[in-house]
Amino acid sequence: MSVRPKAQSVGPKPPFWRDRAKRALIFQLLLIAAVVIFLLYIVGNTQDNLAARGITTGFGFLTNTAGFGIVQSLIDYSSQSTYGRTFLVGLLNTLVVSALGILAATIIGFTVGIARLSPNWLIARLANGYIEIFRNIPLLLQIFFWYFAVLRAMPSPRDSMTLGEVAFLNVRGLFLPEPQFLSGFGLIPLALGVAIVASIALAVWNRRRHEATGKRLPAGWISLGLIVGLPLLVLVVTGVPVTWDVPELRGFNFRGGVTVIPEFLALWLALSIYTASFIAEIVRSGIQAIPHGQTEAAQALSLPRNLVLRLVVVPQALRVIIPPLTSQYLNLIKNSSLATAIGYPDLVSVFAGTTLNQTGQAIEVIAMTMAVYLTISLLVSMFMNWFNARVALVER
Amino acid sequence: MTIQHKMIEARPAPKNTVGPVAWLRANLFSGPVNSFFTLLGLYLLYLLLTPTIQWAFINADWIGTTRDDCSREGACWVFVSARFTQFIYGLYPRGEIWRVEVTFVTFAALIAWLAIPRLPFKRWVALAVLVVFPIFAYFMLYGGHFGLPVVETHRWGGLMLTLVLAVVGMVGALPIGILLALGRRSQMPIVKSFCVVFIEFWRGVPLITVLFMASVMLPLFMPTGVSVDRLIRAFIGITLFQSAYMAEVIRGGLQAIPRGQEEAAAALGMSYWMRMGLIVLPQALKMMIPGIVNTFISLFKDTTLVMIIGLFDLLGIVQAALSDSRWLGFSLEGYVFAAFMFWIFCFSMSRYSQYLERKLHTGHKR
Repeated sequence: MSVRPKAQSVGPKPPFWRDRAKRALIFQLLLIAAVVIFLLYIVGNTQDNLAARGITTGFGFLTNTAGFGIVQSLIDYSSQSTYGRTFLVGLLNTLVVSALGILAATIIGFTVGIARLSPNWLIARLANGYIEIFRNIPLLLQIFFWYFAVLRAMPSPRDSMTLGEVAFLNVRGLFLPEPQFLSGFGLIPLALGVAIVASIALAVWNRRRHEATGKRLPAGWISLGLIVGLPLLVLVVTGVPVTWDVPELRGFNFRGGVTVIPEFLALWLALSIYTASFIAEIVRSGIQAIPHGQTEAAQALSLPRNLVLRLVVVPQALRVIIPPLTSQYLNLIKNSSLATAIGYPDLVSVFAGTTLNQTGQAIEVIAMTMAVYLTISLLVSMFMNWFNARVALVER
Repeated sequence: MTIQHKMIEARPAPKNTVGPVAWLRANLFSGPVNSFFTLLGLYLLYLLLTPTIQWAFINADWIGTTRDDCSREGACWVFVSARFTQFIYGLYPRGEIWRVEVTFVTFAALIAWLAIPRLPFKRWVALAVLVVFPIFAYFMLYGGHFGLPVVETHRWGGLMLTLVLAVVGMVGALPIGILLALGRRSQMPIVKSFCVVFIEFWRGVPLITVLFMASVMLPLFMPTGVSVDRLIRAFIGITLFQSAYMAEVIRGGLQAIPRGQEEAAAALGMSYWMRMGLIVLPQALKMMIPGIVNTFISLFKDTTLVMIIGLFDLLGIVQAALSDSRWLGFSLEGYVFAAFMFWIFCFSMSRYSQYLERKLHTGHKR
């Protein structure tokens, strides 16, 4: 055991402002004091201002009747509903457009990112053109373009553009047929569930057999066949218990089916296309980050090209891709708040817009809105961190 | 057996591996799948480009002053040229536009000085951009001193406002971002947690709610009777928002500096601020320039959001011009013009940042 020699104090003890630990303590106390004084000042001013304007604080306003309509809502909503209900409607609309936007942006982004690396010169140039054009134009401008220049310039319902007389696109939005499920349809989700369970069992069995004997079945194809085939078989056997409610032109507008409002279409298109250009760049740099030696080594083991990609390149590229991909997803969710510029009823537009203007409860409304986005950000990053940890390289 | 002592002359490469035909074969038609994609790409390009070129150039109308000068077959660029001054300078008084021009030219010259690697005195020019130029720009654009009449901020608009917002956001965010990044790496627990909460809060909320907050809540925070200019509110919101992103970029740069640098500086008896200011930050800032340029690009695009709180930046003023009853129905022209302006700025900046990244990246590359 070694004994540390005690520091010999030379001369008098240094003054406290030369002592690092004490200095840090004093500095932090000063910071706390500054923050507290600043907050007290703001709170005091706010109370004075609110008193001067006769606004009472609190969340009581959430139970008052809203008295305004919302063009798109996933839950029951009428102008008799409460302000609390407007919050829920707006939140759900934000989540819907974000989820569909993330889905579309991922598909477009991965396609373009892989096309960017294509050995085909023309395809690579086209992908590059897509990326450079769309990521250098502000998102709000793209939303305006799709909404005002494209969708608002669509023909009137009488001259709708149509796809096979079942789907219609006009200035009022996109009209799609809606499936109506008859009795006996419940068997089909059941068949799908059975197929999924069977596929999982098959995969487990196949892996054990592969480890024990070295033989393996093409389990992926068999599972795909099960998952698609079994529900289809049940569908045919039960005599297709689905009818389609096709939209029909009655008077000046279409009735029946599902209506997708143009605000949603514009926001969704712009968000997907804009974010996809960033995702494409992430995918490209992720794949390029894999050293070429990895591909060459895999080829030297005579792995076929699709297995080289599936077993060697993609798992390693995903590790590079996932962290920036997460922040792009978060950006998309936050950017969906631009909906307010074209009147898509998302959280910011409905709650921080109309509700705020009607009630004047600025602090409560803005705090709730910000809390929602903060929560979503935290949840998404937690999920992506978990996923990232799952695919991370297990190092010794 | 004969031994050849003379070197054989290099023979030309086989005919089918050089020249445009070989290039076409290698890059566009190397197999049936590739050929299919090439033809598909050509067809898509044809579908896309023919109507675009027809509309934007061949059938377009360029000269005139009113909408009657347009034939309505192609684009009506008369709309843009008639309103060009407004799109660039907003409602700035016509007689005072030279002040905006002088400010912009000065700024462009300073930035060009910084961007060209060969020129000397970079540090002093950077200081001038960050400290002297904002004061100069304030006196030039707002006026009220030296015999220049005051131009109220509600007359500012167009591209000028976009640039002012982006530059102010940037210049304001840089020092705050540096402090936040240093605080986040600090050993002091309270300072560190304060910086983490501050950064993550602003990064977690959309800019538009920040702007709403700045325009709705800021007046409530001020002492009764004090009113804040709408532009100043936008400045505050954008600066706070941007400083959080800037802090993360700077943190990345700080992490790239080996610990030994700071330890060596500490061994020489330097204080914390000397170590940071003289040793760590100068090295880190150089590496951070591409990241800083990238955040500037996103800030530049994000300034369009201020139109939602009622300021007329480039997009806002184009949008306002579209609802002019004399010029209804030219939204496509307006958006294409605005998109083109934004695109030029963002694309050239992103090219510059890629060039810097290549220059700073001295490792091995395939």
